[in-house]
Amino acid sequence: MIGGLFIYNHKGEVLISRVYRDDIGRNAVDAFRVNVIHARQQVRSPVTNIARTSFFHVKRSNIWLAAVTKQNVNAAMVFEFLYKMCDVMTAYFGKISEENIKNNFVLIYELLDEILDFGYPQNSETGALKTFITQQGIKGQTKEEQSQITSQVTGQIGWRREGIKYRRNELFLDVLESVNLLMSPQGQVLSAHVSGRVVMKSYLSGMPECKFGMNDKIVIDKQGKGGASDDAGKSDLGGGSSGKQSIAIDDCTFHQCVRLSKFDSERSISFIPPDGEYELMRYRTTKDIILPFRVIPLVREVGRTKLEVKVVIKSNFKPSLLAQKIEVRIPTPLNTSGVQVICMKGKAKYKASENAIVWKIKRMAGMKESQISAEIELLPTNDKKKWARPPISMNFEVPFAPSGLKVRYLKVFESKLNYSDHDVIKWVRYIGRSGIYETRC
Amino acid sequence: MTDSKYFTTTKKGEIFELKAELNSDKKEKKKEAVKKVIASMTVGKDVSALFPDVVNCMQTDNLELKKLVYLYLMNYAKSQPDMAIMAVNTFVKDCEDLNPLIRALAVRTMGCIRVDKITEYLCEPLRKCLKDEDPYVRKTAAVCVAKLHDINAQLVEDQGFLDTLKDLISDSNPMVVANAVAALSEIAESHPNSNLLDLNPQTINKLLTALNECTEWGQIFILDCLANYTPRDDRESQSICERVTPRLSHANSAVVLSAVKVLMKFMEMLPKDLDYYGTLLKKLAPPLVTLLSAEPELQYVALRNINLIVQRRPEILKHEMKVFFVKYNDPIYVKLEKLDIMIRLASQANIAQVLAELKEYATEVDVDFVRKAVRAIGRCAIKVEQSAERCVSTLLDLIQTKVNYVVQEAIVVIKDIFRKYPNKYESVIATLCEHLESLDEPEARAAMIWIVGEYAERIDNADELLESFLEGFHDESTQVQLQLLTAIVKLFLKKPTETQELVQQVLSLATQDSDNPDLRDRGYIYWRLLSTDPVAAKEVVLAEKPLISEETDLIEPTLLEELICHIGTLASVYHKPPSAFVEGSRGVQHKRLAGSAGSGESVESPDTGSAAGVSEAPPAVIPSQGDLLGDLLNLDLTPPTATGPPPAAAPGMQLGAMDLLGGGLDSLLGGDIGGSPAMGAGFGAPPAAMPASFNAPVSGGLDDLFDLGGGVGMTMGSYTPPKTVWLPAMKAKGLEISGVFVRRSGVIQMEMTLSNKAMSVMSDFAIQFNRNSFGLAPAGPLQILTPLSPNQTIEAALPLSTVGPVMKMEPLNNLQVAVKNNIDVFYFSCQYPISMLFLEDGKMERQVFLATWKDIPNENESQFQIKDCHLNSDAASNKLQGSNIFTIAKRTVEGQDMLYQSMKLTNGIWVLAELRVQAGNPNYTISLKCRAPEVSQCVFQNYEAVLKN
Repeated sequence: MIGGLFIYNHKGEVLISRVYRDDIGRNAVDAFRVNVIHARQQVRSPVTNIARTSFFHVKRSNIWLAAVTKQNVNAAMVFEFLYKMCDVMTAYFGKISEENIKNNFVLIYELLDEILDFGYPQNSETGALKTFITQQGIKGQTKEEQSQITSQVTGQIGWRREGIKYRRNELFLDVLESVNLLMSPQGQVLSAHVSGRVVMKSYLSGMPECKFGMNDKIVIDKQGKGGASDDAGKSDLGGGSSGKQSIAIDDCTFHQCVRLSKFDSERSISFIPPDGEYELMRYRTTKDIILPFRVIPLVREVGRTKLEVKVVIKSNFKPSLLAQKIEVRIPTPLNTSGVQVICMKGKAKYKASENAIVWKIKRMAGMKESQISAEIELLPTNDKKKWARPPISMNFEVPFAPSGLKVRYLKVFESKLNYSDHDVIKWVRYIGRSGIYETRC
Repeated sequence: MTDSKYFTTTKKGEIFELKAELNSDKKEKKKEAVKKVIASMTVGKDVSALFPDVVNCMQTDNLELKKLVYLYLMNYAKSQPDMAIMAVNTFVKDCEDLNPLIRALAVRTMGCIRVDKITEYLCEPLRKCLKDEDPYVRKTAAVCVAKLHDINAQLVEDQGFLDTLKDLISDSNPMVVANAVAALSEIAESHPNSNLLDLNPQTINKLLTALNECTEWGQIFILDCLANYTPRDDRESQSICERVTPRLSHANSAVVLSAVKVLMKFMEMLPKDLDYYGTLLKKLAPPLVTLLSAEPELQYVALRNINLIVQRRPEILKHEMKVFFVKYNDPIYVKLEKLDIMIRLASQANIAQVLAELKEYATEVDVDFVRKAVRAIGRCAIKVEQSAERCVSTLLDLIQTKVNYVVQEAIVVIKDIFRKYPNKYESVIATLCEHLESLDEPEARAAMIWIVGEYAERIDNADELLESFLEGFHDESTQVQLQLLTAIVKLFLKKPTETQELVQQVLSLATQDSDNPDLRDRGYIYWRLLSTDPVAAKEVVLAEKPLISEETDLIEPTLLEELICHIGTLASVYHKPPSAFVEGSRGVQHKRLAGSAGSGESVESPDTGSAAGVSEAPPAVIPSQGDLLGDLLNLDLTPPTATGPPPAAAPGMQLGAMDLLGGGLDSLLGGDIGGSPAMGAGFGAPPAAMPASFNAPVSGGLDDLFDLGGGVGMTMGSYTPPKTVWLPAMKAKGLEISGVFVRRSGVIQMEMTLSNKAMSVMSDFAIQFNRNSFGLAPAGPLQILTPLSPNQTIEAALPLSTVGPVMKMEPLNNLQVAVKNNIDVFYFSCQYPISMLFLEDGKMERQVFLATWKDIPNENESQFQIKDCHLNSDAASNKLQGSNIFTIAKRTVEGQDMLYQSMKLTNGIWVLAELRVQAGNPNYTISLKCRAPEVSQCVFQNYEAVLKN
């Protein structure tokens, strides 16, 4: 298991050092600094073995977190734990920075003592941790409160505490998708997928039992055959005005509150939600993706000192919808000496420090087209190496889900308290963003 | 909240100030001071001097302060064991506190204080906490048992904590179950055959129930533990698989990977014609693909594992090629791994796409990545015959870019393509020759030379080309020299008339002016061949070469099986067995996939051959030298330790030996060439010609390897040698220690003479051992009561026990010792005769001896010669009995006495011996068999020492 956990600043100075196992000595702290942090780009793996000691590291801005071990640990678990550690710290004191870590080092030690015991990760849900790691001491607790804390930390529903009350029961669902594309210069889709997340903000009283439904192909097909006995399908939350009836989900993963065995057998998503914001599920689709934009590049080398670039973008969604924050990034060679740009819409600028022409458009409706052309002057070089021609990348935001996912219902049941599904105010929002959206040129 | 101020105090006299503040009456000030102390500790300053003052702050009802003091204690208790005792009372009191959080905190912290005296006090509170009414306390106590076991294994067993821990598997709280499982798994790892985690259908059922309810981390512990279970039949394995598959949808990648591990392992048990088998295969692909959308570090772990899974079961991901396409801003480690998997998945169906991608990659910036991409194109050509032509033309395009490293890499792979498809693409040779001057890397030069030599008859100026290389012969690397030698000999055999001078030149360069034995030997072989029988030379040197196989870097099947059992762990990331990077006894157990048991049909997957293919030679003509040789090296560094009791160690040993066999054979095949395997084939004797009967020399090599592994630089004292100087006075500020190890009526003693050669009085002696192979530890303190005045000498005898912590040492009987006195701490290492560890009850029953001798595989047998020994067999037998080596039987065959002897080591390992004594011949032959073959060398040396004194 994890033998020790160190946090360093960008210079390699130790900010936090907690050793859990006897086989990890103080020299391990220095070994990582010398061999990884000071080695700059030489280390090309997130797992490093130095003198039979393995180091796992992640970086958050300029802070290094390293877990150390001498055993054959579960590597995936160590990384998951490091991410979780970052989440917990962010939940307690915001951004992970040298200043924040120094300001909260006592708290961090207290957290590390709680969520890692002899190198074994323990309950690391911030909801539960915040009930008893407060930095204020826990003198004032009654016996009942104490046992409530311990039963929550160790219990089946470790992510939610009892006795939550709201005057207004309300929930927000955000369907956030990032659409990824790799297209050949000829317009052939090399790979495309959507990775989506359903983020829920719940402000519900008691211990509500929730059931979430979407237009999952498997469920819809099953209901179609079985004569739609489930009345849930009627209350359509998404206002499914357009598009496909159902979508094929390649794979999905759920927050630990979701009963996985139930999903496996009935494909129904039921859970008791954590209080506040959390990520209910993640999913991935590859079939029938709506690609919001198409990029058509044209690059021509005129002699050795000039490049002509023309790029057309086409929006491919309903004309009534508006895409926002559109940005097209056209890479330029390293020996660029000057650039002239003409664009029909938005603003375009050559950014020498980034070796790219950046073209920004604030808003663009569906089924429209726009164009940019640029002349790039090059300095003659002796460099034999050809310019690698990195792909043209795009950023945007659209108000729909490119996968076609629709929320069909989210039902809330709380038998002990007197509010019903109808009393809960529900909000749904769809946002599609560009992931890695690239067209080769 | 501005704790950062605590980091900034660096004044002198700081410790003094802190001391004052710690003893202050004001609570707030105390707390501030402790925070400062912790901050100093973090940055590495030594604040151990404040120990008593900090411990004084422990008695507080302020939990925050208490936690800080505990943190300090965990860090420094070991260096101040006597003072740490001061804290015990508070701990014991806290363990009785009304607040469960405080009870748990106390038991958690106490387990982290590695001081023997404290652990004694820990037992009672721990026992109570294991049965505490609060689950939070129980789950903390469960982990504490593992901590205590790490400090003092014997204590845990004696106190019966293991049974209590086993009971916790049936606890009502899922987190308690998960922690108990984690603790038991860890303890079980250091007792390979203890059957601690006695997994049966009932416990498995409990675990599977807890799996649905516990935290994500708990699920990982349980799944990792489940993976060690072997189901009784295919029905049980199916029902477990069914209950594990839902975990594939968990948001935590580690849960997913551990579930994949369980499924991959249990699938082996399922008959292939079962519907469920197909369903399961289909279910595995999507979660594996989803892992690739995780953070890059996790992607890396996932990709390394997918690499293994694809080798074991290529059908799972065969349609998912696209997800492994490299993204422009993937970190380099992700890119390289994706490339590897792309090649493994390449097939006729997707080759066009793959090639287009690879060509794209070959124009990227990162040199390693580009090289690998070029190499991948070559591998596609070899793997998918239909694509070969397209690959070659792609490679030619790349050569035209004239980027130096691209050209060199392309030439290396084109050579491999020639090996696979001889006489097909020779038209490109002309293009290759144009780039001769730009080749500056040995591998590329060697490849080019090989091509020129191989096709010498079609290259008009082959002699000129080769001659140009010859000019700087001595500056070339061995690889290039060897190739050049072979190429010129080939050229000579093809065009004898005009190249006689050239061949003479190269032969004399190789044989007379070179220091490299490989080069020299190869030169002589050619020379003799050419001078005695040119026809034979032609047959040998220009023999038809076997075609190279398509997969060049597959992991060897037994290793692959083991790694599949370690999915998700570091072993799967390194692609090495745990024993290669884990110290001590933990990594020793070799895990294997279970073959299908239930149905009688053959359900082995065809691609791997028999799952139990232990004795198979390496599969490919070109085996992956890197991996196997790496393995061999690792084996030398840490052979499976001899610490486990014999029966459990057996499978491990056997496997280890097999790896070695593979490696040995391999290095023989690969010969002297470290680089591209095809080079070896350029050498006269084609590897494929090696007959099966080659086994004999291989096992000879095996023994040599063992010799190397065990005995390098081992010098051992004789049977009752005089004391030797262990610690010279020069090195120890005037303290000289000499000593000897003896075994007297069952007690091992270290007898030492300590002399004070300094000017001042020495006192306060203490001694400690580092972990060692057989767990030797002082049984009591070092008894030196009076101070040692200058020039005084004192004798001391230290009784030893063998229950200390164990770690494999090199050499095996090495012992590292630390001696402390009022002046300083000194370290030395010494070696003890292994006979010290032979038990008095080491006489085996005859029948048992016979059975055991047969039972131990022959690979574990080693033979040695004892020279110049003039005892007869009875005298030898008597002499050996004196050091607990017992003669069980004696047989006389043709004037040769055979003595069958046994001895038992303190850790339960039996060593069996056959000693052959021939009257009149001063040389004895001894054969040793043991389940832990690495002790053989030590035992032999001991024999030699005893018999000669």
